[in-house]
Amino acid sequence: MSETHYVSAAHAKPAGPPSWSALIGEFADVDAVMAAAEKVRDAGYEKWDVHSPLPIHGMDRAMGIRPTILPWIVLTTGLAGLAGGLLLVWWTNAVAMPGVPTVFQGYPYFISGKPLFSLPANIPIIFETTVLCAAFGAVFGMLVLNKLPMLYHPLFRSQRFRRATSDGFFVVIAGDDPRFDARQTAEFLRSLGAVGVEHLET
Amino acid sequence: MRSYRRTTIRSTDRLRLGPGAKAMFNRCVAVALAGGVAAVAGSMYAQDSYRRFMLAYVTAFAFVLSLSLGGLFFVLIQHLTRAGWSVLVRRPAEILAANLGLTAVLFLPIAGAVAIGGGEVYPWAGGGAHAVAAKAAAEAQPVQAHEDGHALEAGAAQAGGHGKEGGHEERLAKKRAYLNPPFFLLRWVGYFALWGGLGYWYWRSSSKQDASGDHRLTVRMETLAGPALLLFGLTITFGAIDLLMSLDPHWYSTIFGVYYFAGSAVAVLAALIVIFAGLQRAGYLAQSITVEHYHDLGKMLFGFVFFWGYIAFSQYMLIWYANIPETTGWFRTRGATTVAADINGWTWVGLMLVIGNFVLPFVGLLSRHVKRYRPTLVFWAGWLLVMHYLDLLWLVMPEFGPQLTLGVVEIGVLAWVAGLYLAGAVYLAGKHDLAPSRDPRLPESLAFENM
Repeated sequence: MSETHYVSAAHAKPAGPPSWSALIGEFADVDAVMAAAEKVRDAGYEKWDVHSPLPIHGMDRAMGIRPTILPWIVLTTGLAGLAGGLLLVWWTNAVAMPGVPTVFQGYPYFISGKPLFSLPANIPIIFETTVLCAAFGAVFGMLVLNKLPMLYHPLFRSQRFRRATSDGFFVVIAGDDPRFDARQTAEFLRSLGAVGVEHLET
Repeated sequence: MRSYRRTTIRSTDRLRLGPGAKAMFNRCVAVALAGGVAAVAGSMYAQDSYRRFMLAYVTAFAFVLSLSLGGLFFVLIQHLTRAGWSVLVRRPAEILAANLGLTAVLFLPIAGAVAIGGGEVYPWAGGGAHAVAAKAAAEAQPVQAHEDGHALEAGAAQAGGHGKEGGHEERLAKKRAYLNPPFFLLRWVGYFALWGGLGYWYWRSSSKQDASGDHRLTVRMETLAGPALLLFGLTITFGAIDLLMSLDPHWYSTIFGVYYFAGSAVAVLAALIVIFAGLQRAGYLAQSITVEHYHDLGKMLFGFVFFWGYIAFSQYMLIWYANIPETTGWFRTRGATTVAADINGWTWVGLMLVIGNFVLPFVGLLSRHVKRYRPTLVFWAGWLLVMHYLDLLWLVMPEFGPQLTLGVVEIGVLAWVAGLYLAGAVYLAGKHDLAPSRDPRLPESLAFENM
């Protein structure tokens, strides 16, 4: 069943050495791709990924992916929002800075006998800025860490790879991996039980 | 990962309490007896012993009731969302909910106090609005005028000054349409009919499935979950108002039912974590329940810790901001003020709740690693159960007096009530499997992974 296709997308292929290449190994099911991922991890490959139409629990461990730093980004932006919110309510309500132009001054307003800087009234503001900044940190941090938005990827040239969104399970090893060798790595993927291996060059 | 093919609990996992149940039952009864003796002996030396004993009883009852109602909520929400992950951890919650039958029996002393005891525990149950107003007037302390004019103090000054004489008695007379002994007792009959009925039915249906594996039982439980949750939300609101808020019949807070519910949710999730840690340590369900289940219970616990803080602060802030004498008085009784003259024994409990029931567990449970490491998760769960009791104590006991009362009486009554309650739970737990062993979503729960 194993076969290797050498893609000749001549119309798109630039002259000279390929700018990007990868080996795409297709696997039959979740178990096969999990087992393969463990072996690829153990073989010491660094620039590779697994593509599947469904989330596979335990894949992080099988691939040896290090924990994300996203929680720390969220914590930092959340704390920044907290400090910023505190500064905002203090500056706008509680102080009149001498020597500061009027347009940058706050607006101390005496409400029902409460102190100008009174935490209970300010906590909703501080809470909101904390949540807002933490949410921004989570969303934009996730986008940056995932290198998103990415509207195009050379992998999209592969016809076979399109099945990654319906019923195909793939291990893709990039050509710039230090251990990458077109022939040996293809052989390696086949030895892991790949039902098809494709060498993609663009 | 490959375990996703496993569809049943391993035969090596102990699934029945078995002979261990008897010993556990006896231990619970022993704790209850010791607590009962200590409580009675303690109250002999306490001043105003009947009121103190009964208020301590209301606190302890509110504690075990919150475990059961939290359990019912947990069961309903899992069925409503057709959750797969929680199948393995659902049974203890079902048992706590089924234990509402026993909780109804534990309510009898409170029912008796309202029916025949006069207005000593619940002021509105006494001789008449006049007696209540007289008591309130006697309790009102002289208020000095403070130059700094702090908000709470200002509100309390008005309440103590001219608010009480005419207004309160009149308002209380109007509240009598709702706050009167026969209607109170009728409502509690209704609450327990609904809660006990639902709790028993869910436990019964789920354990019937252990034997039959009938999928239709799951469908029925899911169908009922929606309407049941609606009724649950309404009844826990009124129940909290009746049981706790009406201890001070002058005071009202529309968020109070949610406050009690938030505490109940924290309590049941903490209890589930502690229960499973104990069961697994004793060798039950050792392989089936994994770090993934603890992690998810921990996530829910973390969420509800914040929810409690959010609700508690919302209640405080609106009353603080509006500064209406009728409502600020309640916080004054509980020492929640910065005015030196009004600081009392409860101030420190209130501060401890802010820090210990919100800030510390929020920071403590924030990290995934804490929730995935059993000793730390169990520590916070146990901590939050203690804090939940202190929270209820802070709601109830300031009605007794401004001094912090947490002594032999309170702890004895808690041991008595909680011991009996746990004995009932152990009895129910011994009758069936410790997990829904043939639930159609069991394989999903066995294979559950967060990452």
